[in-house]
Amino acid sequence: MATVTFVEHDGTAHEMDLVEGESLMQIATENAVPGIDGDCGGEAACGTCHVIVDDAWISKTGARTGQEIQMLDMTPECEANSRLACQVIACQEFDGLRVRLPEFQM
Amino acid sequence: MHNKNSVLERTKTRLQTKVQATVPVERQVQAAHMVEKAKRMVGLNEPLVFTERPLPDAEDVPLTELDVSNPFLFRQGKWHSYFKRLRDEAPVHYQANSPFGPFWSVTRYEDIRAMDMNAADFSAEPDIIIGDVPLDIEMFIAMDPPKHDQQRKAVQGVVAPKNLKEMESLIRERVCEVLDSLPTDRPFDWVDRVSIEITGRMLATLLDFPYEERRKLTYWSDTISGIAEATGGSTHQDEFFEATADLARSFMALWHDKEARRQQGEAPGFDLISLMQGSEDTKDMIKKPLEFLGNLTLLIVGGNDTTRNSMTGGVLALNENPDQFEKLKANPSVIPNMVSEIIRWQTPLAYMRRVATRDLHFGGQFIRKGDRLLMWYASGNRDERQFDNPDDFIIDRANARNHMSFGFGVHRCMGNRLAEMQLRILWEELLERFDDIKVIGEPEHVQSNFAKGYSKMMVQLTPKSDA
Repeated sequence: MATVTFVEHDGTAHEMDLVEGESLMQIATENAVPGIDGDCGGEAACGTCHVIVDDAWISKTGARTGQEIQMLDMTPECEANSRLACQVIACQEFDGLRVRLPEFQM
Repeated sequence: MHNKNSVLERTKTRLQTKVQATVPVERQVQAAHMVEKAKRMVGLNEPLVFTERPLPDAEDVPLTELDVSNPFLFRQGKWHSYFKRLRDEAPVHYQANSPFGPFWSVTRYEDIRAMDMNAADFSAEPDIIIGDVPLDIEMFIAMDPPKHDQQRKAVQGVVAPKNLKEMESLIRERVCEVLDSLPTDRPFDWVDRVSIEITGRMLATLLDFPYEERRKLTYWSDTISGIAEATGGSTHQDEFFEATADLARSFMALWHDKEARRQQGEAPGFDLISLMQGSEDTKDMIKKPLEFLGNLTLLIVGGNDTTRNSMTGGVLALNENPDQFEKLKANPSVIPNMVSEIIRWQTPLAYMRRVATRDLHFGGQFIRKGDRLLMWYASGNRDERQFDNPDDFIIDRANARNHMSFGFGVHRCMGNRLAEMQLRILWEELLERFDDIKVIGEPEHVQSNFAKGYSKMMVQLTPKSDA
């Protein structure tokens, strides 16, 4: 089974089964990964599912776009590879993907 | 008549622009006040006064005449049925003849979220309340990107989660002080003794405002947000101008005092003004006094009405739903979710206003450039398309966090985590101390179409039997 790993700010890793077609936010919240809120339900409207994609993976997931940029721009922890997990839709190619969580969700 | 008015308006704007940098801000407020008074004398400006009358039931009003800007809608408990009718029959509804002029109401969850996300078509300028404030104070909640982003970033650190972590024990200390001073042998006013007290203490701390004068913050906030012309409240224009000038004077003094101390080598604190002085984007804000005043007002009102009314609303909701109170006592770990449910159920700020920047179609309606639209969060939070049994208060509701009380998009509430933390700590400490918080009689509601608030709520506490 393909997996995706969420690494909390303190280093705790959570390896989850990857469900094709679901967003990383859905995978995280369905599995109660701490540190992903998803307050707006997946519309890039709240900025509370911020993740930072490992460098090795950014070409596969792609960079943030449009509304995501606007929301992430206000977060002090925003990095070059920051994304909103609700806008990253999982596919088989993501098997082994690692994303880090910021210390706080705004 | 219209001409004379625009001449006066132009004069006011020109004067304000010219004097921004040179004249003390309270003089500017006084000058704007005199212009408004002059207008009143020549009959150009009739201050709005609202007289309460019993509102008809929603089904007895023709749809086009439904006016949800009535400032007594919440007090009289009619808002559920008015908004339900709008959601079902006219989700993007036009009211042509309100005391505040014509406006659109957007009442369904999905439409509101879509609008809140679309800052290009729906501008937050120049104001986010239905009417016009008779003073051109500038605040970033009523600015569009990119100016909004710069100003917000400069101050959001004060309530950002990183700062809050440091502050949690201080907040808890303040909450405990307040709770430990409450009488248990007689009823008392929860609004005055708890909700105002806790929010006032926090606000004074965040602003580094003289602690013993903290009730001034509450007074300014209530007076400014209660202006009749802007929200249908009971503040007269004269009172508004006096309060604003007073606030301006106090905070200008605080700013200069901090600047002098900094120049003498004192390390800057982590309060709001120190943060503004430390940021490139806002360090000269004192030179634009109306902007300075606006952003302070925003933070004072934003940190006051909202959390305060959720502190009262939570107690009321649990009284109306005693089974939920039992559920809470049996399982206090549900508190964080309950906090979201309280904020959804209360929706302390009922709406935000936008102005269409171009002619466009929205929700099946044709909206013209310049039209005012209200995004009714209070209605979206009760939208049966989004929340099952939306009028029920369910502390472990699965999607409580999806409430829209904080708004969505770039203007999303920046104090959301502080608000949640204050409410969480309040409930943790309440459960430690009390078995019951009984509401006595009916609470008194604030007159406003904007703030869903309480001015008084009598309660009787029952201490924990083993405490």
